[in-house]
Amino acid sequence: MATDPELLSLKVDYKWNPMLPWPFQIRRVKHETEDTFTIELQPLGALEEFAYQPGQFNMLYVYGVGEIPISISGDPANPRVLVHTTRAVGTVTKAMDKMKRGDILGIRGPYGTPWPIDQANGSDVVFVAGGIGLAPLRPALYEVVAHRELYGKVVLLYGTRTPLDVLFRQELENWRARFDLEIYVTVDRAMTGWRGNVGVVTNLIPRAPFDPRNTMAFVCGPEIMMRFTAMELHKRGVDNEHIFVSMERNMKCAIGLCGHCQFGSVFVCKDGPVFRYSEIKEMLVKWEI
Amino acid sequence: MVGIHLKTLIFERSELDHLVETLKRRDYKVIGPLLRGGAIVYDEITNTSSLPIGWTDERSNGKYRLKNRDDAVVFDWTVGPQSWKRFLFPPIQKIFATHKRPKGIDLPNTKKQPVQETVPAKYAFLGVRPCDLHAIAVQDKVFLGGPYRDPVYERKRSGNFIIAVNCRQAGGTCFCASMGTGPKATSGFDIALTEVLEGKRHYFIVEVGTELGGEVLKSLKCLKATDENLAALKEICEKTTQQMGRSLDTTNLKSILYQNSEHPRWESTASRCLTCANCTMVCPTCFCATIEDVTDLSGKQAERMRKWDSCFTLDFSYIHGGSVRASTKARYRQWVTHKLASWVDQFGTLGCVGCGRCITWCPVGIDITEEVRTIRENQS
Repeated sequence: MATDPELLSLKVDYKWNPMLPWPFQIRRVKHETEDTFTIELQPLGALEEFAYQPGQFNMLYVYGVGEIPISISGDPANPRVLVHTTRAVGTVTKAMDKMKRGDILGIRGPYGTPWPIDQANGSDVVFVAGGIGLAPLRPALYEVVAHRELYGKVVLLYGTRTPLDVLFRQELENWRARFDLEIYVTVDRAMTGWRGNVGVVTNLIPRAPFDPRNTMAFVCGPEIMMRFTAMELHKRGVDNEHIFVSMERNMKCAIGLCGHCQFGSVFVCKDGPVFRYSEIKEMLVKWEI
Repeated sequence: MVGIHLKTLIFERSELDHLVETLKRRDYKVIGPLLRGGAIVYDEITNTSSLPIGWTDERSNGKYRLKNRDDAVVFDWTVGPQSWKRFLFPPIQKIFATHKRPKGIDLPNTKKQPVQETVPAKYAFLGVRPCDLHAIAVQDKVFLGGPYRDPVYERKRSGNFIIAVNCRQAGGTCFCASMGTGPKATSGFDIALTEVLEGKRHYFIVEVGTELGGEVLKSLKCLKATDENLAALKEICEKTTQQMGRSLDTTNLKSILYQNSEHPRWESTASRCLTCANCTMVCPTCFCATIEDVTDLSGKQAERMRKWDSCFTLDFSYIHGGSVRASTKARYRQWVTHKLASWVDQFGTLGCVGCGRCITWCPVGIDITEEVRTIRENQS
């Protein structure tokens, strides 16, 4: 096997090395729930804007601590502000949680495949979120709400651990007040004062108001939740080709070179994170793949 | 097997020194084989006296030994624990350094000016085996063929001068003939040598693969190869093929491995596998890497290092909640399935070149050809 000479022609462009982060300054840190927070960033230096598509992610670098992938949770219509929402669980996110307005983060991105919202034109749109999985779906929600007339029914089914863990609560309440959005929330464990649903998010699917024969579904949450959600949506009549899920794997490079995010034959960083369910259905049921 | 080459010449053994000198004069950093720590490894050479003259290697499952021969043959060994990957994709590589300022940090992209890096010396690789030529071509696809090109690999790979050496003998763990990657180099080299020792005459048959190869050879005393020389070349390569004791049947292999992901063999091999990662470290195509962010003691300077990583470690697949591939079975299956099945989907080629290093350097002697044969013959 010989290498195509085109591959070997030197093309190094030092102005844009995909391994080097850009400096971004924190404008605002908002603690959403006990263990989740949202940071708003603006680019410094040469970059003025940061354009991305809903569902894409960035690599976020905390000085000297490490770098991790986090989905973008802001409004893609406003590329001057970059928004990330995450849970403080690992070394990097815990260090990030302590950062303040004015601090600098390194950003590489945006990476990965977006939610294919354009394919939902003219059909009902169902978002199903589990826990922090609501964050990567929010940019898609913003876009759908901004062009509401393009879609049929728009439904969000959101499952979270307890009423205290409801993310973006104010925003969900505002959306719920509109007459053209259906927002359903369920919790694993209720407490005094909760009058909403209790149980797993898949329980909401049979009763949700959408036409399964003309629906695009965007699902994000823990892998097991996405698997059962896709099965339940399919049971209701949604075509597997019309269901999209966002996968999570260990990532070090985000550009398809480090090998960590392999999921069967695909690289989650560049072939995903958003996949058509019908294309990865078989792999989702393989243990430890 | 007919080589894709411009012409075939011969030169005497003494001209090998002139070849190294010529390359040095042309500002190449010449990397070649040498003896170190009881193994044949690759490093910078200044002349041919450091080559493993008169040495050969014995390889079998979990075993590698050097043996002295009673002649002056230079290239009568196959492959050691290292491959050329360590020069093109270094085991440890600094990606960037950053500093803490009173306000904020200096990231490389802070400056609008492009980052200037010194262009490293061009490499000339002396003694690249046909399997390793294919391994380089495989890594070219991985690092340069995707949507993002690896800037480190790209810099180190550019301008390489490659001197392939055809194998005069098969090593005990070799199976290149069955993978279609050897024992004769057919492309991907500037020049390819075949060493011939006939009584007192010691010479090299040289196939010229590129214009540059022909130009470099102009500084050497070369003769046109005769029909006898060509016959000798053919005979040597055929003998090596016949010597090869192992083989891996790649027919339908991708679907066989995908369909047998729950084959009981994975579990039984996992009971022997130590997840030591040796196979991935010696493999000339394995490309996985991890990132380590470190600071100095004062915290004023931070660096990012890229290091070779292995799918055999638990950390490799760790996400919040635990490792995706927690069991040894899953990790061994991932490695073999990646090499021989998903690699094809990802890069359009197999990830195995039949060099046999993973068999030689496995402390418990797991043989990938035996594993694949067992699964193929006992499909579930």
